[in-house]
Amino acid sequence: MLLDLFIAFFKIGAFTFGGGYAMISVIEQEVVTKKKWLSETDFVDMLAMVQSLPGPISINSSVYVGYKLKGVLGAIVAAIGTALPSFVIILLLAIVFTDVQDHPTIEKVFKGIRPAVVALIVAPLVRLSQKSGITYKNVIIPIAAALLVWQLDVSPIYIIIVAATGGLLYNWNKNKKK
Amino acid sequence: MSLYLILFWTFFKIGLFGFGGGYAIASLIQDEVVFNHQWLTVAQFTDIMAISQVTPGPIAINCATYVGYSATGSIWGSAIATFASCLGPFLLVCLVVLGMQKIKNNPYVEYAFQGIRPAVIGLIASAALLLANGENFIDLYSYLIFGAVAIASLAKVNPIFLLVLSGIAGYFLY
Repeated sequence: MLLDLFIAFFKIGAFTFGGGYAMISVIEQEVVTKKKWLSETDFVDMLAMVQSLPGPISINSSVYVGYKLKGVLGAIVAAIGTALPSFVIILLLAIVFTDVQDHPTIEKVFKGIRPAVVALIVAPLVRLSQKSGITYKNVIIPIAAALLVWQLDVSPIYIIIVAATGGLLYNWNKNKKK
Repeated sequence: MSLYLILFWTFFKIGLFGFGGGYAIASLIQDEVVFNHQWLTVAQFTDIMAISQVTPGPIAINCATYVGYSATGSIWGSAIATFASCLGPFLLVCLVVLGMQKIKNNPYVEYAFQGIRPAVIGLIASAALLLANGENFIDLYSYLIFGAVAIASLAKVNPIFLLVLSGIAGYFLY
């Protein structure tokens, strides 16, 4: 059972490129369709939960499934399975890349790639801002957050804490008035 | 404090406050790794974002593995940083599974998230703004690549394919 968990999540860790939403169908395939560890409803519940917690979706899902099936030991085994493939790949790359990053060819290639990375971060903002329920009333929150981090070097940790507290106080106050 | 302890604490914080997925967490990683500890330059950090995108695994963990190695020159640094970045989420998920029913029906959780969700959008925007500096945008070609990739990405072209194309463009342009 533990070995099954390890192998299933090792596969999830090894084949989820690009992170985040692309990997959801891979996780569903392993956990719901093939292994039947979770029902379709449980899977949707799990997704809602792991997306609202900090941490990568793949790691959070592995801990959730591992813990449900085999307790803390299951959670540890599943998390290691998920993290291991990328750990090995990136470690090997880090060892090689620190030697070759000043090589002229590598430098040329990355000069082309760097602005593309920035573009890849900007593009999903449009879709995400609709999904996150941004309206003219609360649009000041993302703008203020971005400016504080960008211009005043405020740590994103404080932004998260203040935003959560603000959300609590605002809604608490609104409900009290009703 | 020893470098290993600092690494552990830094990536533990990054894991614990990493709401909203890879790009939202990028500004947090950059704040710690580039500005506070100067383990990487902005350009090096951007390169790792690109490498993360074309290899499997989450950006936060990939960064932890990479920075852990490059800051210490040892596999142990890599292992400690990776472990630390997973520890916070691990503990939180276990706690939430234990108390799932109670948490699901608690309105205060939803209240807090009504504040966190829009802030996360701001954090993603700040990640892009912080990376849009002179190290990454060196000439007119940089802006052309940026514009082309942004449009192609909105049209749902595969990001790995776009990064490979940009790399080839860089090789011939520079």
